Amino acid sequence: MSGLGTAGRKGDRVRSDCWVSIELRDGGPLELDVTTRVEAMYGDSIRSFVRDVLAEMGVHHAKVSIEDYGALPYVIAARLEAAVKRADPLNTNTWLPEALPCTQYPTEKERFRRSRLYLPGGEPKFFTNAGLHGADGYILDLEDSVPPSEKDSARLVVRNALRQVDFGSAERMVRINQLPLGLEDIRAIAPHNVHVVLIPKCESAEQVREVDEAMRESGASETYLMPIIESALGAFRAYEIASACRSVCSLAIGLEDYTADIGAERTPEGRESFWARSQVVNGARAAGVQPIDTVFSDVDDEEGLRASVREAKALGFEGKGCIHPRQIRPIHEEFAPSPESVEKAKRIVTAYEDAAAKGLGVVALGSKMIDPPVVKRALRTVKLAVECGLLPENWRETANE
Amino acid sequence: MSELVQNAIGRWVPTEVNGREAIPYQGVGKYRPSGRKAAPPIASCADYPADGNKVVGSLHEALRACGLRDGMTISTHHHFRDGDMVACAVFDTAAEMGVKDLMWFPSASFPCHARMVEHMESGVIHHIEGSLNGPLGEYCSRGKMRGLGVLRSHGGRYQAVQDGEVHIDIAVIAAPTADPFGNANGVTGPSACGLLGFALADSQYADKVIVVTDNLVPFPCIPWQIHGNYVDYVVVMDRIGDPAKIVSGTTQITRSPDRLLIAELAARFCEEAGIVRDGFSFQAGAGGTALSFSIFLGEMMRKKGIKARFARGGSNKYLVEMLEEGLVEYILDGQTFDLDGVRSMRDNPRHVNTSPFTSYNYHGKGNFASMVDVTVLGATEVDLNFNANVVTHSDGLLLHGIGGWQNCLFAKCTMLPIPSFRDRIPVILDEVTTLCGPGELIDVIVTERGIAINPLRQDLIDAVKGSSLPIRPLEDIKREVDAICGGPPSRPKLGDKVVAAIKWVDGTVIDSVRQVLD
Repeated sequence: MSGLGTAGRKGDRVRSDCWVSIELRDGGPLELDVTTRVEAMYGDSIRSFVRDVLAEMGVHHAKVSIEDYGALPYVIAARLEAAVKRADPLNTNTWLPEALPCTQYPTEKERFRRSRLYLPGGEPKFFTNAGLHGADGYILDLEDSVPPSEKDSARLVVRNALRQVDFGSAERMVRINQLPLGLEDIRAIAPHNVHVVLIPKCESAEQVREVDEAMRESGASETYLMPIIESALGAFRAYEIASACRSVCSLAIGLEDYTADIGAERTPEGRESFWARSQVVNGARAAGVQPIDTVFSDVDDEEGLRASVREAKALGFEGKGCIHPRQIRPIHEEFAPSPESVEKAKRIVTAYEDAAAKGLGVVALGSKMIDPPVVKRALRTVKLAVECGLLPENWRETANE
Repeated sequence: MSELVQNAIGRWVPTEVNGREAIPYQGVGKYRPSGRKAAPPIASCADYPADGNKVVGSLHEALRACGLRDGMTISTHHHFRDGDMVACAVFDTAAEMGVKDLMWFPSASFPCHARMVEHMESGVIHHIEGSLNGPLGEYCSRGKMRGLGVLRSHGGRYQAVQDGEVHIDIAVIAAPTADPFGNANGVTGPSACGLLGFALADSQYADKVIVVTDNLVPFPCIPWQIHGNYVDYVVVMDRIGDPAKIVSGTTQITRSPDRLLIAELAARFCEEAGIVRDGFSFQAGAGGTALSFSIFLGEMMRKKGIKARFARGGSNKYLVEMLEEGLVEYILDGQTFDLDGVRSMRDNPRHVNTSPFTSYNYHGKGNFASMVDVTVLGATEVDLNFNANVVTHSDGLLLHGIGGWQNCLFAKCTMLPIPSFRDRIPVILDEVTTLCGPGELIDVIVTERGIAINPLRQDLIDAVKGSSLPIRPLEDIKREVDAICGGPPSRPKLGDKVVAAIKWVDGTVIDSVRQVLD
């Protein structure tokens, strides 16, 4: 057996990652050469770890060089596995890090998805502390942020991260590549408690069902889908896509590609995308799922971000994408319900609960009848107010004090 | 090598440093000095030109006139930080003059001083007592320097000179503006860098004082931060430093979301603990996290209509804005970190220059540092006893000076807002590699994963009880970080040879630094 495989990244600016080179040989000992920025603290531990991983992967005769820039063990393992598979495409062994208890919790279809932070799948340095910043969801991205030649390696980093990284109580999301490449992503990530799979450039209900099926076949447990509309065709089929299967929890729009697709320039006012955004909102609502807005890409423009969230909220969107943790709080603040709407929602919910307790079929507030969709909306407003810290969990009791 | 003894905080330290007796650390406030201060020789006006003109033709001429010879101690200062051009020029000149075995006594060293390694290799410099950064730190850590490195705080440097522990033969003061008599300041002239406070002790106690300037003005040079009455010679050079480089990487606002989170938690802690109230005071140091802390504090003060009586700098644009907005009544500044700071100090009478004597000297009749309500500082390592390290890194190499860090620990509330790990380097250890500050003076450690309050500060623990702050035991945070990093880290491989001594603010030896082995 011979073959050369390299994986990972190197250079002065690399942090929390490593570069691996493996030259497979027919015989002889395992030659291991590790240089690491954390030599004093973890040099010996890295060497014995690398030997263990290689043994598990069935690599016994090779020259292995590693340049390490403070990569965590699961990253080293992913880069090693990628290098081994590049050197020997027939090697199907894997080395899975332990699935930590902090990665084992479920999600709910109806949960709030106000903010979702994109994390480039090939940049593990952004993963470790992401969960501290309080987004509703974190997206390990395998699509646009990963160059084509790095898809295989990033896939393994993301897979290992799903078993090791603590995202708090946030929703664990992965954006796969467009099909058919996305199917390979699914095979790698499906069994590792992914909560939501984002389907980029989605244009048909078929694609959604194909992803849904592939997830099931690959051993996913409870996973929801968020198709992203990024083209004129997708926008046209918004409702069809949103209602493709029961797993769809929300429908998102991505405007960078959409505006290019319709031959328009993306403007701050966004008139060129008004129809598509309304289409997504209405398609999603008609299918009973959440409409989610595009990302706001100017990290330094907080006022612009806030205005953009207010506009999205006014159109009917419930969530916004972000690319930097600093954007999370403004998004949450802008999606928070106003004090007036919370007060009104509280009155409706109280009236509804009173009516239910008395066995009445009709809810009335004063002399006004309340329709079920209004009650449903009020319940959600109250829940959101609790989530935003505007109402205490036990507001019903404190209201009577 | 002298014998090592265990000091009051359990560290093994030498009892002799570079040929002088050294007293092991005895505890905070335990060691009481006796005797009288050092003094320079008495001078006579008969030996100085009556017209006040002390200008000589070159550095070479001035050093010769000062009687430069083998084995002397030469001091320089870091007012230009990484833009200093004078220190290297002094030792280049000494090399040309064929002088050997000098002791360099800088107030701090920077990467621009890497050339001093060559002067140590060639024998011009015997050893350095001062911060040992970058290549200098590595040279010392590898055991290549002939004498022991001695690291002192800014206040400790003043104390050492005042107490006669260090005798400066020749002080060379780079001054952005000076007159022929030797009056000098740092706030005017094309190379204005701020104040000249770090040179105060040197001007008062050195045998000979040379002022080097690139902006000679007719007498009188106003303001006179350095008094010409202390000065022997004035030298004019084309350029003494690059003031643009007083802005170093550590004086810019962080964009790191984790550090912003840490800074915000620190500011919120101050609010919840009741520290942010009308008339309070704070120290805002360099470093991205500390700067962001000031900004969060400012927002909080604005919202609540609170004013601070004074802030201690390192001043920078952001602190100056708070002064100009009226959020802060006075800046008592030890060092300007950018050109806005320089401008403000020059033009605003409420932006006052201070020195290690007024702010930090522990052998004085009190100092400003202990009067500050809250100070935020950095650290490379902390341990479960809240002890902290600022001079060595995880690999054991000397990499930073102490600066004003030790002196600032005496604030009423000392906070270390630091990441719990850097890449894969845990910051919370069972025991710090080098102990620079005793845990009893470190009150709060703020990390991105939670806030640990020193159990000695029950008052602070009570003050934030019931708040939504993530208060956690330090052990807890350490356990979490060790798990992320792949287990508790190994320690650097250190030899028996002591390569440097860490002085406490009172001149006693709090720890020693060992040689790093490969």
